[in-house]
Amino acid sequence: MKSSIIIVSFFVLGVLFGYFEIIPLSVVDNDISFYALCCLMFCVGLSLGNDSNTLKRFTRINPRFYLLPVATIVGTLLGCAIISLLLPGRSAIESMAVGSGFGYYSLSSIFITEYKGAELGTIALLSNIIREIMALLLAPLFVKYFGKLAPISVGGATTMDTTLPIILRFSGKEFAVISVFHGFILDLSVPVLVTLFCSF
Amino acid sequence: MPFDYRKIINGTLQSFFNMFIAIGFMVLGGVFGFLLRKKEFRNISKIITLLIWILLFILGLEVGGNPQIISGLTNIGIEALIITVAAVLGSAIAALVLWKRINNKQKGLHEE
Repeated sequence: MKSSIIIVSFFVLGVLFGYFEIIPLSVVDNDISFYALCCLMFCVGLSLGNDSNTLKRFTRINPRFYLLPVATIVGTLLGCAIISLLLPGRSAIESMAVGSGFGYYSLSSIFITEYKGAELGTIALLSNIIREIMALLLAPLFVKYFGKLAPISVGGATTMDTTLPIILRFSGKEFAVISVFHGFILDLSVPVLVTLFCSF
Repeated sequence: MPFDYRKIINGTLQSFFNMFIAIGFMVLGGVFGFLLRKKEFRNISKIITLLIWILLFILGLEVGGNPQIISGLTNIGIEALIITVAAVLGSAIAALVLWKRINNKQKGLHEE
């Protein structure tokens, strides 16, 4: 709990610094976050490779776990379709187009802005950023109430990079392979599903 | 507004390229960790924590410094939040169903 409060604080601090322009945005444009991400991935790999149990874990995964991407896609789209009934002026198809970003906000918001206009594009951007933030900050809660697979499902397309360390921390290192596999499949599904729902 | 396929295709390729580079770094780290498995890396989890803080701070900077997001936070933001909560709950429930089915049939993650 303490660790997620610290994580939230860093995010909020970033928002304040960005909003009041304490740190110029050129810092963000300089790909620093990508370099930091690469360092992070290297460290995650190091800690996995260094763990003598990892290889055992890689080879003995129950094949049913590979159904998780299907569960994520079906669950997300059903949730979006059902909630659209409560949103006036928002069709189920539009809601599902937003949902099928699966946290991949850059790509899905570009697509939706091009196909459906800036308003739905902005909703997609916000929604998928919120999804990534929720996956990062609420992982312990999801493990507690929905089981160890839930942080991976919630992480959507981000579970092979940005949310991977958080998942390994709260679900366990044995979920590394499933998490990367899940992120890979979801990543591929984003352009396909977003285009599909925008073409109606 | 004409549909700019090139922009979308370039953006998609760039994202996938970056993704594979990031995965490449993880594999590289894994190989190093495996080769040096007799050595213990005590500080690695502290470094991971620090990098997570940095990345979230930068994500915050992007959100806070983006006028499109900040100005949309009031009305569009509520709609985005509602859709996201539904999407997140739907996927969490689906994950719970799968988790329970697997645990009922087998003992867990690893086949015995």
